[in-house]
Amino acid sequence: SNFIIKQWYQRRVVITAGGFSFDNCRRNAFMEKQGITFPTARKTGTTICGVIYKDGVVLGADTRATGGSIVCDLNCEKIHYIADNIYCCGAGTAADTEFTTRMVSSKMELLKLRTGREGRVISALRMLKQYLFRYQGYISAALVLGGVDVTGPALYTVYPHGSTDKLPYVTMGSGSLAAMSVFEDRYKLNMEEEEAKALVCDAIKAGIINDLGSGSNVDITVIRKGEVEVFRPYQVVCQKSQRQGDYTFPRGTTVVTNTTEMVPFSALQVTDEEVMEL
Amino acid sequence: KQWYQRRVAITAGTLGSYGSLARFRDIQRLMKVNDSTIIGGFGDYADFQFLMKLLRQQTIDDEVVGDGVYRDAPAIHNWLRCVLYNRRTKFNPLWNTIVVAGKNYGGEPYLGYVDKIGVAFEEKTVATGFGSYIALPMMRKAMDENPDMGVEEAKAVLKRCLRVLFYRDCRSLNRFQIGVVSAGETSISEPMSADTDWSIGANPSGYE
Repeated sequence: SNFIIKQWYQRRVVITAGGFSFDNCRRNAFMEKQGITFPTARKTGTTICGVIYKDGVVLGADTRATGGSIVCDLNCEKIHYIADNIYCCGAGTAADTEFTTRMVSSKMELLKLRTGREGRVISALRMLKQYLFRYQGYISAALVLGGVDVTGPALYTVYPHGSTDKLPYVTMGSGSLAAMSVFEDRYKLNMEEEEAKALVCDAIKAGIINDLGSGSNVDITVIRKGEVEVFRPYQVVCQKSQRQGDYTFPRGTTVVTNTTEMVPFSALQVTDEEVMEL
Repeated sequence: KQWYQRRVAITAGTLGSYGSLARFRDIQRLMKVNDSTIIGGFGDYADFQFLMKLLRQQTIDDEVVGDGVYRDAPAIHNWLRCVLYNRRTKFNPLWNTIVVAGKNYGGEPYLGYVDKIGVAFEEKTVATGFGSYIALPMMRKAMDENPDMGVEEAKAVLKRCLRVLFYRDCRSLNRFQIGVVSAGETSISEPMSADTDWSIGANPSGYE
């Protein structure tokens, strides 16, 4: 009889295969029909871009995070750390980009400890695209991955469904077309560092100025062999202006019609006490 | 001011009939209405031809009056706005986006935009379709840096925009006309092409 019980138990074990469970979708659709509004995902409606220049990679990003049509974060960080020599810009749903890059960053660290070598950009790329493909595009993370490893500078772009591109200049996000117009106009192979930084800055600025989903500042990260330089911010494009008037009301603005003196609790004295029996 | 012509792309695209087929590669999308106005059309070409016919008739009417006064760009812009908004209100729109480029009676440059839903405004830089995402940032930057540019500089800016549009817009062709309205002359150029540089294509290989 022990054997029979063991068999019954084993048959009940469900093997999870990864990916999302869509069990609640019907319930959610029903709730939406009832008129319940769901909270909007916080997105980084973004402009992110990267270029390969002579000595390495320059990554750039704007700093606005939006929830619907409200700016929820004026100065968020979109260039995420993957490894000492690899950084990743993220566009799409903020939570998705944050957690995906953090997961890959920890996997890269484990890989580095296991192999005893500096990680390669291609490893991070493989991890990212295999992860995103498994979720069939439901993880809305569009990434620009760049870094310098033993094979040289590398720049890739990863789409939410898991496809990747290997290009000398890339842009992603809602402001990608504006930024790409700058790149297509002025990109050259083997640029100097200052030229590359100026180009990336202009591309992000084009996104910030012409795209409503991007704004605030330009962040730039320069990755060279052996060192990384983070400029946060590289340039402040939209500065919050100073309030011109003083809007505090002076004392006496509101007419006092009636005054009641409040007795402090400590001034009260207990005169009679009766404890009720439960 | 200058307006630019989006290359002879699939103008029937919005209808869907000729979607991705580059059926007609040599059509005129810029029309010289009179000495003070050039209009350009985006969207359904049949509707644009209809508008061109009406405008041609208007110019003839102006000539027939014989007082030497022709409708200027703001007048034509306003007329187009009325027509397009009226049609949209009757649920029978003329499926076009028209750019009106010209000068007013005082000789000052004028650039206006009218939509199929009747959206109309006047601006220094205007673009339709894909151009509003790709060319407009470039044109705005050029105008910010150099607000008083001359004809040749402006033509160069437009050519740069058209080159990038040819790189990035799938449904485009490297063939366009540039129309100029200035104090002296109003003319539409012969069709021309932008110089393209594809040397960078050798660089990327593979996707990993």
